[in-house]
Amino acid sequence: MTAAPTTRKLRLASAFDVERIRADFPILNLKPGGKPLVYLDNAASSQMPQQVIDRLVHYRTTQHANIHRAVHTLSEIATSEYEEARRKLARFINAREEREVIFTSGTTESINLAMHGYGRKFIGAGDEIILTTLEHHSNIVPWQMLCEEKGARIRVVPVNDAGELLIDEYESLFNERTRFVGVMHVSNALGTVNPVKHMIAFAHSRGVPVLVDGAQAAPHMKVDVQDLDCDLYAFSGHKLCGPTGIGILYGKAALLERMQPFKGGGDMILSVTFEKTTYNTIPHKFEAGTPPIAAAIGLGAAVDYLSGIGMDAIAAHELDLLDHATAQLSRMPGVRIIGTAGKKAAVLSFMVDGVHPHDVGTLLNQDGVAIRTGHHCAQPVMQRFRLPATARASFAFYNTTAEVDALVAGIRSVQSVFS
Amino acid sequence: MADPKSLYQEVILDHNRKPRNYGTLAHASHKAEGHNPLCGDHLSLTMNLDGDRIDGIAFHGESCAICKASASMMTATVKGKTRAEAETLIGEFRDMATGKLDLTGRPHHLGRLTVFAGVRDLPTRVKCAILPWHTLHAAFNSVVSASTESEDDPMHAPIGDA
Ligand SMILES: Cc1ncc(COP(=O)(O)O)c(C=O)c1O
Repeated sequence: MTAAPTTRKLRLASAFDVERIRADFPILNLKPGGKPLVYLDNAASSQMPQQVIDRLVHYRTTQHANIHRAVHTLSEIATSEYEEARRKLARFINAREEREVIFTSGTTESINLAMHGYGRKFIGAGDEIILTTLEHHSNIVPWQMLCEEKGARIRVVPVNDAGELLIDEYESLFNERTRFVGVMHVSNALGTVNPVKHMIAFAHSRGVPVLVDGAQAAPHMKVDVQDLDCDLYAFSGHKLCGPTGIGILYGKAALLERMQPFKGGGDMILSVTFEKTTYNTIPHKFEAGTPPIAAAIGLGAAVDYLSGIGMDAIAAHELDLLDHATAQLSRMPGVRIIGTAGKKAAVLSFMVDGVHPHDVGTLLNQDGVAIRTGHHCAQPVMQRFRLPATARASFAFYNTTAEVDALVAGIRSVQSVFS
Repeated sequence: MADPKSLYQEVILDHNRKPRNYGTLAHASHKAEGHNPLCGDHLSLTMNLDGDRIDGIAFHGESCAICKASASMMTATVKGKTRAEAETLIGEFRDMATGKLDLTGRPHHLGRLTVFAGVRDLPTRVKCAILPWHTLHAAFNSVVSASTESEDDPMHAPIGDA
């Protein structure tokens, strides 16, 4: 009975050479204040491997021109590299077609696109949108803006004390006015992995489309949009070893066709006269103006890099780190873990008794340990747990168990300063 | 960057553990709420002015050690002072926390409050130290609530986003 998991673990451990991976990340060599950098703020933004940095340099030094616009060679190269990046992203999430991938500036813009493109066209007075208590502000505020404009209403799925969504309550929120569901795949504040596949199937049984905020899922697990059957899926490049200023909104082609454009301008049109403008086909209909071409190509290189390591291997290593950290912190007197869902990704929110999270963060920083403190853009979660803020360590595949131990030692030293 | 542990000096830890003037004055002539929406720090200040002089002052709330110690030491310092004297301290404290006051080069009245000088090297923590002083300023002007983020806040210090 016990032999099987051990062998499996050994196999994974030998396949996953974290030191070799770390050598790809120049920034991990930093020694802020003389201490090795222990970067545990990956949920806010992850670091970039040399392969992505090199790809950006290669583009900027040999391939840059505007895309879709000119007959000269450089423009053709830039256009084909940009579209190749779209193909890579489509493969990464197993989209049926590459035109289902829209480049945006990040998760926030992706959700705003969904709100303007779908919400403003199809949601009206008295209609209801279901969101969850766990949502990041970026999946709350756009919908509130829509509700204010249209007279629609938001219904909120509650969570239990472990930070898990109450799925019975979710199902009972549906009625004949329900028009849309927005749910995050993984909670950035608590690490909860939500049962989105089940939630999507239920919504579809009521004819309601679902947007999944995958900002914290895409970097940490294999995402298969066909298997999930989500209608829209959003994530950011900078949490995925890619550049800032780029992200995607995946949408089922038939849905994207029905949505209205978000921004007007060049590239998103087929023809313009002052009498009538004909919009371009998807995905271009949603990509007005010159996009962040280099960033898109860099994101393509980032998903190549991650796929090279393998998302399953990444997830396994990160779960080892999470298990190790959870075991250590739950043994420490005066430390409380916030978010104890049965299924979690590599996010660990915690409180140190008698010490405000900001003081924890400032003191850990002195030991070279970078964590995030605050409300994590999820104030409804903080209100639910009656906390002003939490300290949050979030892991990436390039982190090590030694770094988790540095976090633990750092927390001990915080406790001794405040004892 | 200065060693942040130098900020968490015994004086500050002591005021955090045993804040002075902690509570609420029953019949306050002035009061204000201070709030830092970015980190959730919140404090409530009540004050009694006898003519121009601070006769009584108290605070309570939920905040980090830097903010609580700053509030505690602030109340201990301004009690018995005139409004003008307190306003001078507010300006000097803000200038010190934002690195605009050269502590050795210019005469000032901060005394023991200079233990907070180290926050100027911690941009995200400057607001924590200043919040009680914002709130005191608001209380004098009977502004009902002070926020480190409000744009019309006369005390708003240009220190970037936390
Ligand atoms: C769950 C979740 N959704 C949305 C966002 C917003 O992402 P971005 O700031 O890249 O648009 C974040 C990032 O913090 C997040 O964690």
